[in-house]
Formats: sequence, C-alpha cells, structure tokens
Amino acid sequence: MPKVTFVSADGRETTLTAQNGQSVMQVAMVNGVEGIVAECGGSAMCATCHVYVDTPFVHLAAPASEIENEMLDCVASQRRPGSRLSCQIQMSDALDGLRVFLPETQQ
Amino acid sequence: MKIVEGHIAIEKPANVESWDVDPYSDEYLLNPVPNYRELRGRGDFVYIPRYSILATGHHRVVGEILARQDVFVSSRGTGINDYTVHENWRKPSIILEVDPPYHTRTRTAMMRTLTPNVVNGLKPLFQAEADKLVDAVVGKGSFDAIPDLAETFSVGVFPRAVGLKSVDRRKIIDYGILTFNASGPDNERTREWMRRGAETIPWMTESCKREALHPDGMGEAIYKQVDTGQITDEEAAMLVRAFLAAGMDATIAAVGIVLWSLATNPGEFAKLKSDPSLARAAFDEALRLNAPVHHFYRTCIADTEVSGVVIPENAKVMMSYASANLDPAKFDDPERYDITRKTPGMMTFGTGLHSCVGQMLARAEGEAVVAALARKVSRIELTGEPVWRPNNFVRSLISLPVAFS
Repeated sequence: MPKVTFVSADGRETTLTAQNGQSVMQVAMVNGVEGIVAECGGSAMCATCHVYVDTPFVHLAAPASEIENEMLDCVASQRRPGSRLSCQIQMSDALDGLRVFLPETQQ
Repeated sequence: MKIVEGHIAIEKPANVESWDVDPYSDEYLLNPVPNYRELRGRGDFVYIPRYSILATGHHRVVGEILARQDVFVSSRGTGINDYTVHENWRKPSIILEVDPPYHTRTRTAMMRTLTPNVVNGLKPLFQAEADKLVDAVVGKGSFDAIPDLAETFSVGVFPRAVGLKSVDRRKIIDYGILTFNASGPDNERTREWMRRGAETIPWMTESCKREALHPDGMGEAIYKQVDTGQITDEEAAMLVRAFLAAGMDATIAAVGIVLWSLATNPGEFAKLKSDPSLARAAFDEALRLNAPVHHFYRTCIADTEVSGVVIPENAKVMMSYASANLDPAKFDDPERYDITRKTPGMMTFGTGLHSCVGQMLARAEGEAVVAALARKVSRIELTGEPVWRPNNFVRSLISLPVAFS
C-alpha cells in the first residue's frame, strides 16, 4: 500500500499508509491530519483541501481537471505550480512516497 | 414486468429483512429519529414491500452506493420513479438526473458559477440582509422565525444572487416545494403540490429566460457559457431552473433548522455567543443532525453486491442521508447537537459526483444568519410549539414562534 507524507506549514512531517483509490484528502481526514478542512467532503467545491505537491511527484499524479484548475484560483493561500486539491488526487502505487506540503491557511 | 410507484418491482433479496413501514407517512417523517434507528438496526439494507424498494441508513453503505455511480445511476431518476418506465412531470434535471460523461458538461457549467470566489463576493449582501432582519426583531417580542426570518432572508438574497429581475415570493418558494414533493410517490402531498403547480410552473418557465435576469447575477453567468459555446441555450435555461428549484426550499429549511437547533439548545447558543467564529460550524452541525433533504435514490442497472447483499437490476435504492448522519459508526454521540463537532463526511449535501453544487452558497447564507444571532441576540426563547411540515423529500419547519432578546 502506498505511503504519503504531509508536511505542515511549520515543517512537521506525518507519514501515513493509504489504500489504493483513496484520495489524499481522505487519508488526511481519516488520520486527523491538521491543516486540511475539506468542508465539501471531496467534491472540488470548497478549495479547502489545498496542498502543494512536491516537485518530483507533480507529473506522476493525474492532471487537474478543468474545474479543479478553476477552483485552484480560489484557494486561501497562494497558488503555486504544485498546487492541487488533495480530494482530486487518488493514491496509487505509482504515487508511493508522495510528499505534499500544507499551506498556511485553507479559509 | 410489474410496476410499483412508477418503477420496476423487485423481489426481496434473500438475506434482507422486510420492513412494513411507510417512509413517506406523516408518522415516519414527523418523528424520524426512532425510525432511522430502526432502519439501521434491521441491517445494511431493508426491503420496503409497499413501495418495492430497498432502503439503507448506514453511512458506509450510502457512501459506497454514491461512489459506484457506474452501476447505481442517477439518470433513471433520483426520486422513487424510474424514467425508463414512468414519464416525469417535467423534463428531468440535466445536472441531477444524468450520468457521466454528459454530467461533466453541465456540472462544470454550474460549478463555474458557484466557486468560492463568487460566493465570497456575495457574503456582504448576505450579512447585510441577515443583520437587518435580526435587528428588526430583537426585543420586539414573539414572532414566527420561519416566514419572518428564514423565508424573508432567503427570498431577499437568493433571487438577487441569481439576478432575477422580478420575484414572486410565494411562487418561487412553492416551486421548490413542488419539485421536492414530486420526487416522492403519488401521494396526497404530491397531488396537492401538483395542483398548485398550475400557477407556479408558468412563472418558473418565464423566470429562467435570459431576459428575465440581470446581467450581474449567477443566472447570466450560466448564459454567458452559451456565448462561449460551452452549453446550449436550452441547457442554460434548464440549469437556471435547477438553481431556482433547489436554492430556495432546502435553504429555507436549513435556516429554519439552525434557528430551531439554537433555540432548543441554549448551552450551544451560549458557546456560539462566546465564540462567534463557530457560526459556520453551528450551521453545519444543525444540518448534520437534521438533514433538510432527507434522502435520495439511485437505480441499480445490473445485478451487483453491496455489503454481502445481492442488489437486483432495476432496484430503486433509497439512501437515507438523514439516517447516515446519525450513524454511530460515523459520529460519536450522534444525536447530540455539538457546535464544536467536526462535521466533514456528513451526508447532508451528498458526496462525490452529485454532491450539492450550491452547498458553499447555502453555507454562506446560513453562516450570515447565525453570525447575526451571535452578535446581536442575547437569548432565544421559544414562545410556542414549533411545527414541522412533512414533505416527501425535505424536512422543514413551517412555524417557529420565538422571541429574541
């Protein structure tokens, strides 16, 4: 099962085991990772599960849909090249070892 | 092929209990919590013989059905009717009652008009209206918070956000009530609201036209996508209809429910007063405890298995969102109103592909009302019996006599 590491805005790291098909947001929520709000529950509606995907992994995740791309213009912290909504990234063996950085704020 | 309530009848699956209950009866809807306990207690699914449907009230099972949209489809109707054997009273919704890949087209068009940036831009309007209405009733004795606050607020802000040039308060509210009731069986409620529909339907058809909308509203934002070739003119009108049908009745119900929750839980209101930043959480938690839209259906299009139960092709599955929200496997002490609870994962707005597209707007509306209470009201007193109005799809109050001091 693939692993994913969350790095908080102040640098704390949490490494968790995910199930294939689970979204990165779900992994965070199930394990109580602080810094992800996910108000809409995973529908790319609220832009409160924003993460910065570490550069080596950016091209391994399936690309953002048209609507996710528009929602990323609504995130509370600055949008950067690795910005994604974590509810839209499905974990898979290809993403094993994924590192994502959490933004300063989600709302 | 036997037809029951506009859908294909199924045999009871082998390892499922039969429960002889009417989930659309006044008795079931007016005091639903014990019924939800029983629904969950009888297994992952129950078979309800009078409607020949399967029903589930477990959070995990509802989540699985919603996730498996390839076999549990929306395009055969998200109410009790199956559109392959029953003609709907209107053209089915092109966003709610469709499947991918077509759904992506209309969903994208709708989401684009409801982004957090759009909603944030509307917040000052919502807050000003909520503040004005609360100021008008504080210290003025008893009033009915459903017509005078929940309805007046929603009618004051939502049609303006959509950009309707002309608003008929009764008709816009009634169209929503009709839409939700008509998704249920052919019972007295549906028939009564269909009769009233003779007045509301023509008004709604006119209100969805581009010329009925101001250029700065969300409705025009839908129509602009016709100009850019993303949707057709007819689709735009249908999406504006979806806006107006879904954006009033359920929101009025939601605002009513949070007012009732705070009126009947003075301890939680005190917590809110001491930390007004809990306004949004207080609204969400009220909607977890009493989901306004209490259920939706999916139709099974091929024999499949869920939780060890073989679900037959053509089965209509009622997913009780209201019960899933009270599932102790998901939420600790689920029947308690606790405004500090973390509610993500609640089923109130559904989840996944078809989750409520207006949920951020609804939250912004609810938060504005609750924030106004937190800042302006010291005490909420119930001055009479709250009256709930059973609806085939929506849990709502019709009267909530209170005094704000």
